Amino acid sequence: MQIPTFSPGDDPGPDFAALLRRQGLVPAAPSGPVSAAGSITHGTTVVAIRYADGVVMAGDRRATSGNFISHRSIEKVFAADRWSGVAIAGAAGPAMEMVKLFQLQLEHYEKVEGGALSLEGKANQLSQMVRNHLPAAMQGLAVVPLFAGYDTRREAGRLFQYDVTGGRYEENDYATSGSGGLHAATVVKLGFAEGLDSGATIDLALKALVTAADEDSATGGPDPVRGIWPVVATIDAVGFTRVPDADLASAYARLVAGTEDSTGASVA
Amino acid sequence: MSMPFYVAPEQVMKDRADYARKGISRGRSLVAAICVEGIVVCAENPSSTLRKVSEIYDRIAFAGVGKYNEFDQLRISGVRAADLKGYSFSREDVDARSLANQYAQILGQVFTHEMKPLEVEILVAEVGAEAAEDQLFHLLYDGTVIDETAFAVLGGDAETVAERVKAGLGDGPDLGTALRVAASALSGPDRTLVAADLEVALLDRAAARRCFRRLDDAEVSVALAVEPPALPGADAPVEDAAPDAPATDEPA
Repeated sequence: MQIPTFSPGDDPGPDFAALLRRQGLVPAAPSGPVSAAGSITHGTTVVAIRYADGVVMAGDRRATSGNFISHRSIEKVFAADRWSGVAIAGAAGPAMEMVKLFQLQLEHYEKVEGGALSLEGKANQLSQMVRNHLPAAMQGLAVVPLFAGYDTRREAGRLFQYDVTGGRYEENDYATSGSGGLHAATVVKLGFAEGLDSGATIDLALKALVTAADEDSATGGPDPVRGIWPVVATIDAVGFTRVPDADLASAYARLVAGTEDSTGASVA
Repeated sequence: MSMPFYVAPEQVMKDRADYARKGISRGRSLVAAICVEGIVVCAENPSSTLRKVSEIYDRIAFAGVGKYNEFDQLRISGVRAADLKGYSFSREDVDARSLANQYAQILGQVFTHEMKPLEVEILVAEVGAEAAEDQLFHLLYDGTVIDETAFAVLGGDAETVAERVKAGLGDGPDLGTALRVAASALSGPDRTLVAADLEVALLDRAAARRCFRRLDDAEVSVALAVEPPALPGADAPVEDAAPDAPATDEPA
């Protein structure tokens, strides 16, 4: 692989996607409906909720192809960089690729420019990536991400949701995406309160995912038998931190026992 | 039609080399040293925004001396090459050796074919799991690659600085010692460099993924203050740093 050099007039700057285009590494959008090529793996429900110190992001672990379960332990919540996370719903292949590119784009920008993008800038970057993906979405490969992060300038958690056209909508309190998103949103809406702590918010996110799994066949619930728990992460002043499975297991046990309503004060 | 004067190729190369060396020696020097915690790079640089030391990839750092716009362009090219390679293959396939070779190609190409050689010296450093696996590639303006062990000195007056580093570094120094030796080697016996004059970065051996970390002035001050190496009257200040090594309190 050769070091890419450019004349000052046509330098791609800190834009990794532009660099990829210049190097001819961007695959063409599919020219016909992809469903003709067989069923495509889809990921489903993801949730993001703002709390007192930041944002909680959570996603179930199931991926489906048509009426089959294709993966039981896929991950849909990722750290985009230290201060932000991205969660995906939609066609799993392009979604994973989009996350990989998005992570690289943020890191590439940071290294080339010597400083990280603002949270707003990161959200706009993702918006452009979703919009560029529209031709593939039209062929049945829609990807609808959630983006959330800790705004180090405002010192608060912020979250954004997208539509297939790249439309970017900042939400105040919570956002959901994916086939079970509607059910999850109802649970979050009823349980949300201003200034919840991280434990109570993690409980709320778990409850939303359990409800979504109850109502939507494409969403997987917690699986104590195999030890598969949702991916849950907090993003606050410390950065992106994934919640350990052991904490999720005990939170789920409390949820099953019906004690989750005791304001979650004792939650790990 | 005018005939150009004949100039012997030896003379052309010598003139270019002299020109490049002159440009490089105008700038301030830089020391990189392998220590227990990783690879520390210490540059004399009063600016806190125009960087000489930067991150290339997870375990790879870049440092340059000489003409800023030229080595910064090389740095950006290196970031691009590394990110493209990591994207096409895998993150673990990105290595300093191949990057250093590509840099050598560019530097050599420019040196022989362009009017003006690049007035830069650069360092490509990769931190390994153990000190024995660390790599320091020192590249000269004409594309010469030097695979350095233990430490590297870039810039004007490199021989003198290298002698001072060699005398003080010892075997397997920790971060504090390496930093104090580097700072006193850069300053020489006649002056003292404080944290604000230095740009310091560490390739942290223990980091999970991105090992590159800048040390801020406070951290550098703490490390330098453990024992002032340039005591008045001591003409070999580096000797003072060595006995202090076990007592070093490592900056957080």
